[in-house]
Amino acid sequence: MSQLSPPLTIAWRRKVTNAFMLGLCVLAVAVALIVLVAILGYIVSQGGRALNVDFFTQLPKPVGETGGGMANAIVGSLVLIAIAGVIGLPIGVGAGVYLAEYGRGRLATVVRFMADVLTGVPSIAIGLFAYALFVVPFKSFSAFAGGFALAIIMIPVITRTTEEMVRLVPTSLREGALALGIPRWKMVLRIVLPTALSGIVTGALLAVARVAGETAPLLFTAFGNQFFWQGGLREPIAALPLQIFTYAISPYNDWHQQAWAGSLVLVAIVLILSLGARVLVKRPS
Amino acid sequence: MATIPSVRELRVRLLQAPTGKRADPSLANVVKLCAIGVLILVVAIALSMAIDARPSLARFGLGFLISQQWNPVTDQFGALPFIYGTVVSSLLALIIGAPIALGTAIALTDLLPRSVRGTLAALVELLAAIPSVVYGLWGIFVMTPILRSTVEPALRDSLGQVPLIGILFSGPAYGVGMLAGGLIMAIMIVPTIAAISRDVINAVPVAQREGMLALGATRWEMIWHGVLPSARSGILGGVTLGLGRALGETMAVTMLIGNRPAISASLFAPSYTMASVIANEFTEATSDFHVAALIEIGLVLLGVTVVVNACAQLLIWRMSGGAPRTTVL
Repeated sequence: MSQLSPPLTIAWRRKVTNAFMLGLCVLAVAVALIVLVAILGYIVSQGGRALNVDFFTQLPKPVGETGGGMANAIVGSLVLIAIAGVIGLPIGVGAGVYLAEYGRGRLATVVRFMADVLTGVPSIAIGLFAYALFVVPFKSFSAFAGGFALAIIMIPVITRTTEEMVRLVPTSLREGALALGIPRWKMVLRIVLPTALSGIVTGALLAVARVAGETAPLLFTAFGNQFFWQGGLREPIAALPLQIFTYAISPYNDWHQQAWAGSLVLVAIVLILSLGARVLVKRPS
Repeated sequence: MATIPSVRELRVRLLQAPTGKRADPSLANVVKLCAIGVLILVVAIALSMAIDARPSLARFGLGFLISQQWNPVTDQFGALPFIYGTVVSSLLALIIGAPIALGTAIALTDLLPRSVRGTLAALVELLAAIPSVVYGLWGIFVMTPILRSTVEPALRDSLGQVPLIGILFSGPAYGVGMLAGGLIMAIMIVPTIAAISRDVINAVPVAQREGMLALGATRWEMIWHGVLPSARSGILGGVTLGLGRALGETMAVTMLIGNRPAISASLFAPSYTMASVIANEFTEATSDFHVAALIEIGLVLLGVTVVVNACAQLLIWRMSGGAPRTTVL
């Protein structure tokens, strides 16, 4: 009997280790999901209570007065995203097309690498760059500087997704086009890009979702504004994440409620955008 | 009889065939210009910050990195408290976040029923979609009260009594502080690390798993000896990428870390990070040296994150061969 027991102990120990470690892994998933539910649940319950029509139509009220909304911030965020898209989309798509269609050799590798590095540059550093480039020379915080900072954050995301999506276009399609005597530029613009369009739109949506919640690069570029956008790009402009930040660190209870409502709207926008991107990916054209 | 050219030859000939159009090179040049634009951006960011930090670089030299002085009134600036705060809070985030992310990745590739894997993975990735400022808001009103009233006193009474590491869990429980900052970042980097780990673990051949099981290995032994070693460099890349995110994270940490430029051994004490001090002081800085010092901190932060991210990309590229992966939000 005594000779049998050591192997048995080992077998028992292996079983226990197995159960313990697998249990830990499943626990890890549980922890991640519980945190997600705790955060989203709290935002929905707090934000839902504070959210009303005024939130979308009214300007912020001064301290002490209840009510008011963040209409200016919502408009501001849309304007900033539009500026970022106008600057970032063409450059991002162009660079992505280059990497997928023309990019061979060292330049392409370096660009690919730099795009990935740019994704990791802290957004606050990008804010400093936009500040030096546009705020210092024009001596004013501006919507344009904020939009430019967001564009820099969008570009690498769009570049890499565009590259990936353009690569997915079957080679036979390109060969077919070229065999018919279509010049290469026409093939890229008329055959390849339309085929990859849903993928490129996905990349754009992901990029917008990413910048919609960015606060740090706007702190000293867009700066924030208590009033509606007047149509100029050279004045400071409000943004939803900035307004949430200001209200969150304020000592006023009313403002905290507004911050929760703003968070609910912001999270809803970001989630809808990223779910939209997911749906587009799932359904290839 | 001429031999029939192969498809590949035909393709090469067709690609090289003259089109007689000026449009062809111009499209190529336009997209090439865009690609070079991406390159220029990275260089320009570094260059512009280096130029704007000159007054501070010239006046404080290398001592900037090791000085603990931060006094805008007397124009004395040193970055050590911020470097310390950034490094310690990011490491804290990694120590807490990386095991959770790795466990999640393993469970979602090899343990949980196939039918729920996709859904749960998408849910975990949702954590990456929540904006930083919203994490901060939640941290202020939900997490820090719990830390102050329950978690920190409990840690002080248990781990705080252990010699050597006890000092980490000593002192008054403020709620906001290094622990709060590290914890919120841990949550924020879980989806990044989990997504990349899941990709590389999935890429390990099934035959390797089957081989281990056929030898009589338990499921954990299969994962530990048969799967993880092959995925190691990719997982390390994911963790490094998570570290890069944590180092550069600004808003949530600014709202939770307490913003006091002091080095304290206790994790409960308020601290300050490089990104936070820029976020808090940049618009209010009046003296040229103050502005330059903040930009120099930004430059240091940029340098560190670029190096960390470059390492992460190299590690991940080693497994994917440079192919782009669908970007994690």
